Amino acid sequence: MRQLLLTWTRPAVSRPMTAVGVLFLLTIVIFAAASPWIAPYPPDLIDPVNRLQPPGPGHLLGTDHFGRDTFSRIVYGARLALLIGVGVVLFALATGVPIGVLSALFPALGVVLMRMVDVLMSFPSLLLALGLIVILGQGVFNAILAIGLIYLTTTARIVYGVALRLKAEPYVEAARSAGAGTWWIVTRHILPNMISPLLVQASFVFAFAQLGAASLDFLGLGAPPEIPSWGNMLAESRIYITRASWLLLWPGLMIVLTAFSLNLVGDALRDRMDPRFREMMRR
Amino acid sequence: MGRYVLRRTGAAIATLIAASIVIFAFIHLIPGDPVYVMLGDGATPEQVARLRNRLGLDEPLVFQYLIWAGSALQGDLGQSIFFETPVTQVIAEGAETSILLAVITMFWIVAFGVPVGILAAIRQGTWIDQGLSGLAMLLASVPTFWVGLYLILIFAAGLGWFPSSGFPSVFDDGGLYNLRYLILPSLALAAPNAALILRLTRASMLDVAREDYVRTARAKGIPPYRVVLRHILRNALLAVVSAFGFTFAALISEAVVTETVFALPGIGRTVVQSILRRDYPVIQGVILVIVCLYLIINLLVDLSYRFLDPRVELE
Repeated sequence: MRQLLLTWTRPAVSRPMTAVGVLFLLTIVIFAAASPWIAPYPPDLIDPVNRLQPPGPGHLLGTDHFGRDTFSRIVYGARLALLIGVGVVLFALATGVPIGVLSALFPALGVVLMRMVDVLMSFPSLLLALGLIVILGQGVFNAILAIGLIYLTTTARIVYGVALRLKAEPYVEAARSAGAGTWWIVTRHILPNMISPLLVQASFVFAFAQLGAASLDFLGLGAPPEIPSWGNMLAESRIYITRASWLLLWPGLMIVLTAFSLNLVGDALRDRMDPRFREMMRR
Repeated sequence: MGRYVLRRTGAAIATLIAASIVIFAFIHLIPGDPVYVMLGDGATPEQVARLRNRLGLDEPLVFQYLIWAGSALQGDLGQSIFFETPVTQVIAEGAETSILLAVITMFWIVAFGVPVGILAAIRQGTWIDQGLSGLAMLLASVPTFWVGLYLILIFAAGLGWFPSSGFPSVFDDGGLYNLRYLILPSLALAAPNAALILRLTRASMLDVAREDYVRTARAKGIPPYRVVLRHILRNALLAVVSAFGFTFAALISEAVVTETVFALPGIGRTVVQSILRRDYPVIQGVILVIVCLYLIINLLVDLSYRFLDPRVELE
């Protein structure tokens, strides 16, 4: 546990950029948790008289084409960003980890499962997500499933590689020859040693989930338009960019900084990781 | 060697068959009767019967797949419901834009990603390296459509250097000069992918620089620039070449968004519009063609790897 805590905290101290990234992510969490108190207006309050106002005292970051306050929508948008990120990471881990571990432990099953993962990987990622949206329909939950499916494949591949290596470790063989069952080996030896590669994978998946969700929103196939998401804000402001360029700046910046911060954290964690696994996590 | 090519090709074909089953099954996974979903609730019984017959939906599933896959092999991907023209024609109309966009984007990726990656590796640990690596990570975190919108705002709406949307064929009036329509889209599309190639070039240069033969070359007194060019770079580029396969896949995915931003008449925008129009034969056809293309490119990359590096174990 202490080791785990150190893996998390040490990089932030030795790399100032990463520390800034962590602070930014904390801000997002605070925005999401306390949106009603931070946002000066309700995110969907329409005020046609004050439409397309530039940033100023009344509206810190200006208003959109309905007169809605941009800053308030940015703050509420943090909720969806976190929901998508956490949802996609949980989905990818909940599906990818069992597939990877089972494939490593039972080679006959592994051949079948890993071939299926390969087939899914032969679809360009956004097309795979779009295909799933066509089947499931539009919506936040379906966007999470669609983007999660992309990272199911990469997570399963990484877990498979790590589990194969762990399976060959002397202490796992020793446990097996001492009579330990498969369940024991998985819960005591394989999963605990997988935590740090999984943390690294989770931070990258979280980052790319933001970009994927923004793309779906932008195409009009993600979160429904009434939900204030950063991607929807960009999609809606598109036709006003020459008249109100600030509408383009803030939501985009939030997406970029969120993804960038998560990539910084992922990189820092990877550099602290067991060198045997570092090679696999290269992108 | 011949056996390796055969086996690798066989695996690609097996993956293609499995993928085609997934693409075929997709239309049957849509909740509800696909015919009603496509035509809407106001469809007359005759329209429903006609479409059901055209799609072969009355046959058993296995037959339906075999008929679909058989016609696909003969170049028949069915009829578009919206355009009422063959799907192959719809794809062909978007092909010029998409292929040219991919080629120009690849050019930016190679022209920027590789040299800058080399520079970062040579200057490892200096502020140049840190700055370039930071820039790469930032670019990889930027949504392509956001970059695209800013490029439109600055270079099309503001400075007026490039057109903001559309793409007339290079075979129309204007000829090759029409390629200027693709400059901004290709830059937007190249940004995140060039960043990945930059990072990969840097990492693989640094890996090779640790090899024994590089140390030997240095110890022999070979000038540093020659060590970098002949010993490090040539070997480091192998990993970069093998990354072109997944870079291409990323290009196709992201082109869907970029073509929408710049209103380009390419295959990617066709996919999005077909999804919104529920034109399933077009979606199926386009995805099948793209997966096919992706598998072929990956196969070629894998095989060329063997020629580039004779040490590569084929087993």
